[in-house]
Amino acid sequence: MPQFTDILFFGLAGLVLLFGLLTVANPFSRNPVTSAMFLVLTIVSLAGLYVLLHAFFLAAIQVLVYAGAVMVLFLFVIMLLDLKEEEHRRLKSGILAVGSLAVVAFVGILLTTLLKAKPTASAVAGRLVEGDTVKLGTLLFENWLLPFEILSVLLLVAMVGVILLTKKDLK
Amino acid sequence: MEFLQYLSPATQFVLFSALKIFAVFGVVMTAVAYAVLVERKVSAWIQNRVGPNRTAPFFINYLPVIGPFLVRLGIFQPMADGLKFLLKEDFTPNYVRKVYFWIAPAITVIPALMTVAVIPFGSTLGTEKMVIADLNVGILYTFGIVSLGVYGIVLAGYGSNSKYPFLGSIRSSAQMISYEIAMGMSVIPIFLLAGSLNLGDIIRYQAEHGWMILKQPVAFVIFLIAAFAETNRLPFDLPESESELVGGYHTEYSSMKFALFFLGEYANMIASSAMMVTLFCGGWTLPFVTALSTPSSSILIGLLHIGVFFAKMALFMILFIWVRWMLPRFRYDQLMDIGWRRFIPAALINIVVTALVVAFLHD
Repeated sequence: MPQFTDILFFGLAGLVLLFGLLTVANPFSRNPVTSAMFLVLTIVSLAGLYVLLHAFFLAAIQVLVYAGAVMVLFLFVIMLLDLKEEEHRRLKSGILAVGSLAVVAFVGILLTTLLKAKPTASAVAGRLVEGDTVKLGTLLFENWLLPFEILSVLLLVAMVGVILLTKKDLK
Repeated sequence: MEFLQYLSPATQFVLFSALKIFAVFGVVMTAVAYAVLVERKVSAWIQNRVGPNRTAPFFINYLPVIGPFLVRLGIFQPMADGLKFLLKEDFTPNYVRKVYFWIAPAITVIPALMTVAVIPFGSTLGTEKMVIADLNVGILYTFGIVSLGVYGIVLAGYGSNSKYPFLGSIRSSAQMISYEIAMGMSVIPIFLLAGSLNLGDIIRYQAEHGWMILKQPVAFVIFLIAAFAETNRLPFDLPESESELVGGYHTEYSSMKFALFFLGEYANMIASSAMMVTLFCGGWTLPFVTALSTPSSSILIGLLHIGVFFAKMALFMILFIWVRWMLPRFRYDQLMDIGWRRFIPAALINIVVTALVVAFLHD
């Protein structure tokens, strides 16, 4: 008999894939709002997968930041745009080729990294953070301080850039 | 209770969790119904009226003295209101986007009800902890779920496919996102002091060191005002401001669908009251009374703890209602201005100051 967590894993993984597919290629509707809502469902199901890995903190942050804030802003922008034009747009072969190339490259990188890392059960068990914020904070600010700070500066640059773009007349 | 010993721990867990979920759900639903009554009564008193005082089921005539008294208090009004919502015509305008129009009310109610899951509404009853899910990241769970609540309102406005609901939902999404930031930042000093994200630990800290409302008054004020904005209550009810947007996001809704939005608003009020009691006012504990501030195995004390929690929560509910009928509505630019240019800097300064105090004085 399969474990209860296995059933949950395959259920959630299936949901993630299904919702992800419906986000980009929904056969029933070409409405961008529907796509955005399916993306929200994808994110929430991903959070479920994190919970199965005992990464409660990551799951909570995933829902809080992506589903609760980023996607609301997406929806906000989509609803304010004129979408008549977008709904009639069809895929062009050039875009399709570039897109598939990007997907293949990304999957390639992911697979090679996974094969190199050889994640065995014991190695993973030793590294489990268990959603403990103290441990997570210690790791973040001792082992990976520089990448973390670089990321924050990157976000700051993006923020300043957006503010600059929204100013109509620059002096 | 003998048979409980023969059940496996997993079965016991499922059984007790189901019991707690049903109990909390029932209590929240009843509280919503009676919060509406309190709202109507308090508004009536503030405006020098009488309020609902006529609803009387047939059996009330057989109760001398106490019967007419209950009728005058309006005790039976929520039942009549509920029945009215069920029996009214459920009208769907023909220009709406059907799917979104139908699921929006549900999406509003579900997060509102899910937030109560992590709130410790009592210490222990017997050996059972009085919280549905004792999460280590409790508060983050709450914020995550609360942030999903905005979808109901946004989709209601989009699904209704007409001007006023749309304007209401646009306002609400901007408002809720802005105030979520201030709200999230305002509670960080509490975790700096308590050293844990678990709500049970925060209550334990407050029982030992005094209530957070005294230690973090700035955080409390920001949280309280942000809670008004998050629940779309006056003075920040711009998403539905009836004088300019008819009814805002629920203009096109009728019958039970409208009732669900109503229910969502009150359930959100209950959830944020419960959060404020837990974070700032010591949860189920009372100061100066040792029996009431430590978990106890006695059933009576356990029930008393739950009573203390509900009493505190009721006070916050009354504050919500009172403020609604005392203050005029803010203008939209004022609302954004307070959120972004007052509260967020204030919350940030509060975090820095608390962090410095914790770093230099506590160790």
